[in-house]
Amino acid sequence: MTIQFKTETFRDDFTFSNSPEAIHRFPFPFDKDEYMYAVNIEQHMPGPVKSAFEFPIDIDEHYVSEMKDRALVLKQDPLRCQSLPHMITAEWDLLELLMESMAKNYPEHFTLTRDGDSWHWVNGPLGIDQKFTFGDTSTLPYPPMEYITRQCQGDFNLIDQRNDNLWMDAGIVTTQADWSLDFDIGMNFMEWHAPVPLAHDIGVFDRALKFLLNLQQGRPVRRLNWTMTINPRLDTSPENYHKWGVDRTTVTPENVGNKVHLRVELQALWRLPRSNAIVFSIRAYLIKMEELVTIPKWGRRFHRVLRDLKPELADYKGLTRYRQMTVDYLSKFDDGAPTSPGFFPD
Amino acid sequence: MSAIKSRPIYPGLKVDERAKRHLVAAEGEGALAVLEAFADAPDAWSRMTLLYTPGGSAPANHSETLQGRAPDAFHLHPTRQTLMTRLNALLDTATMGTRLYAAGVEGHIGEVVAAGLAHGVDHLSIRTEHRGSLARRVQCVHCKGFIDDVTISPVPCAHCGVPLFVRDHYSRRLAAFQGVSINAETPDEVPASEELYK
Repeated sequence: MTIQFKTETFRDDFTFSNSPEAIHRFPFPFDKDEYMYAVNIEQHMPGPVKSAFEFPIDIDEHYVSEMKDRALVLKQDPLRCQSLPHMITAEWDLLELLMESMAKNYPEHFTLTRDGDSWHWVNGPLGIDQKFTFGDTSTLPYPPMEYITRQCQGDFNLIDQRNDNLWMDAGIVTTQADWSLDFDIGMNFMEWHAPVPLAHDIGVFDRALKFLLNLQQGRPVRRLNWTMTINPRLDTSPENYHKWGVDRTTVTPENVGNKVHLRVELQALWRLPRSNAIVFSIRAYLIKMEELVTIPKWGRRFHRVLRDLKPELADYKGLTRYRQMTVDYLSKFDDGAPTSPGFFPD
Repeated sequence: MSAIKSRPIYPGLKVDERAKRHLVAAEGEGALAVLEAFADAPDAWSRMTLLYTPGGSAPANHSETLQGRAPDAFHLHPTRQTLMTRLNALLDTATMGTRLYAAGVEGHIGEVVAAGLAHGVDHLSIRTEHRGSLARRVQCVHCKGFIDDVTISPVPCAHCGVPLFVRDHYSRRLAAFQGVSINAETPDEVPASEELYK
């Protein structure tokens, strides 16, 4: 299965769009017509063929352009990639996980040859051919986490476990929904979730932490999270909020279908073998409203979810300014018919 | 637990009787916390290295009172910055059995804890007590500059000028609350500042 990689941008002229196949495989996050926080964690098992869950690490048509956007972000702001010194073993664990998974599931594009600690990695789409010694950072052009995550879609965090808590001690974060790695690095699980409203009070984080402390090697888990973004911008960081925030004022009834995007995060967690750390990956998928409504079930359902969303959640997700205009647009695609249970298109 | 989940809790100074060395960094009214905590441990003063900056309490002259208790070493500093320079030098050569204490305004405690972290001291092992104003230390998320003694929100960034909303989110490593542009979505308006954290 060879992927046709698109050339597109996530800034300036915003040429990003989804092909019909990419729309069909979009990880739509609502399995019913309403939304509230939940510990919606499930085993990260292989999903349907061609879905975003088919493989542990999903590579899609946006891969090459997303990696170019990441390189631009890092050039402007190197603090988006940081790792505390004790995380170096976890960095190597992550490199192994990603290389093994990409090479196994996309052999047309990536190959990994291992001979003891002598490794040979070939990344076709990005034109990289690298021989290196596993465990020896001097044999790679970047530290191991940065090296491999410059070649893999999604943000990645490496989480240490000690004192019955999880600690955000390393990461590369260039496609985030308004949180700062530079600010949050070194925090524990409750601390880095501090700004999230409501969820603390209903015990979501206590239960999630208890669950994750027991995460087993070889049994990764995943959950979906969502927000909305104006323009297909990947770098919606707080660092640059004073530059992109104004986008939220540019939505009109004429452009809402093209400008307003549902942004879904496929979050997955793996226990790592050498370090006992946890990988927390946050892969962002974007879809325009006019693409979303080409799946009738999703147009109906998202209209209902957005219309009935609690105001605190709308505020926290930054939707308030353009929510009504989007609801009005989506209402034209909601004939009131019942929707079938589950995420997938009918 | 604090209403702000990332904000540290300052349980109060408590003398570690077993410490071989008490390394105490106090600011302003934090002097009173030190005097109270160590009142019942007269032997501890002979094993104490005490750093003090009067900060906002200059007229009260706590430094004479502190010095009168005859700590083993006493360092009086004109500013928090100079105190931190000395503290970092002492932490560089600190030995096993040293117990670190911080008392004063939140920005001062935060800087002491961050210096401890940078020297491999577990933050939970540092004894802390908040005294004095509720002023916050803030980092501008945009230019990464720090602003001390913030009592108003929004506050203009002292470095890049962006008017900042002070989020209820605190980084122990940076010893600061997060400041984020308040008018990114309304560039022509800046809301009036209110005094919130006096």
